[in-house]
Amino acid sequence: MMNTLDALKVLAQHRKNEVVIAAMTSNQAWQMISSHELDLPLSGCMGKASSLGLGLALARPDIQVWVVDGDGSLLNNLGTLVTIGNLGPPNLVHFVLHNGVYQVSGGQPLPGEGKFTFCDLARAAGYASTHVVDALEDLETRLPAMLSAPRPALVCLDVKPSKERISSSMASTAKALPRVKAILERSVS
Amino acid sequence: MVQHQLSTFSQALVAALEDCGATHVVSLPSTETSGLYEVLAQSRLRLVPVCREGEAIGIAAGLYCGGQKPVVMVQNTGFMESGDSVRGLAIPLRIPMPLYIGYRGYKPGGQPMTDTAGIYLEPILKAWGIKYYLVGPDGDIGLVHTGFQEAWETNRPVAVLLAAEQETLT
Repeated sequence: MMNTLDALKVLAQHRKNEVVIAAMTSNQAWQMISSHELDLPLSGCMGKASSLGLGLALARPDIQVWVVDGDGSLLNNLGTLVTIGNLGPPNLVHFVLHNGVYQVSGGQPLPGEGKFTFCDLARAAGYASTHVVDALEDLETRLPAMLSAPRPALVCLDVKPSKERISSSMASTAKALPRVKAILERSVS
Repeated sequence: MVQHQLSTFSQALVAALEDCGATHVVSLPSTETSGLYEVLAQSRLRLVPVCREGEAIGIAAGLYCGGQKPVVMVQNTGFMESGDSVRGLAIPLRIPMPLYIGYRGYKPGGQPMTDTAGIYLEPILKAWGIKYYLVGPDGDIGLVHTGFQEAWETNRPVAVLLAAEQETLT
């Protein structure tokens, strides 16, 4: 399993001009390594990062959208897999940080952990490709191919749970959304 | 006869939304808007079907961020399910979000309601500070415009409660 920050650093190295919507735990980690103007952090409103990303991907087929979700967050809104699979946006990559616990609330185990895989669920729901990575070297090697695979794509990143407690605030989201919206408006082709 | 009335209401609703400049209807079907999907298929509005109503708020927020003008159309039961998304996304992020809510359990003329989906709806909207308008059995379709425009003028969710079709069914 990977360290969350190390895995996200690899993503950041390969990021070009994608809008990145990171949720909950991944949001805090992403903000430690990225200050891109198209970062759209989402704190609170558990589970809705993928819905926000889907809406943006549908609104702007000319841009690329990455969602960096948590496993607990995705379980909180699992129908999103079917909604995304059904609509099939070809400009959406859905990363899931899989650590098996609710990290924000103190590391309690997720229901059903080990009895299913997010890749199986996403594939059955209609995602065009799914990928799982559990080693940093593997991520560094395979990420370019995963990013050019058919989309919507789900990339499950197996990461270590952390004992660190995460605080969240909507303030950064409230600042980022108008900024991202304005940048996208200027880039209408 | 009922089918004709349903179709007429849905046609008027969709025509009003088109007139407002709406681009997308993010929705889960409800009995109050049962004729909607058929009419939407003939309109320029794009339907975004969801599995659960909380998703609809997130998707509408993303569409707005991408420059579109979505509306959310759900039943009151589903609106209650979407509460955390309304609280955590639409309100604090100041997103103009017209909400068209099927008013299950509505009784006209001040008759007492027996369905808790109806009983709790308006108190919940008031508690969350969401302004609302009622399109009752008399079907004042102009309120569809009012709710849409007010959401965009105030950068907030504004609800339009749809009770008209239900009355043709009962």
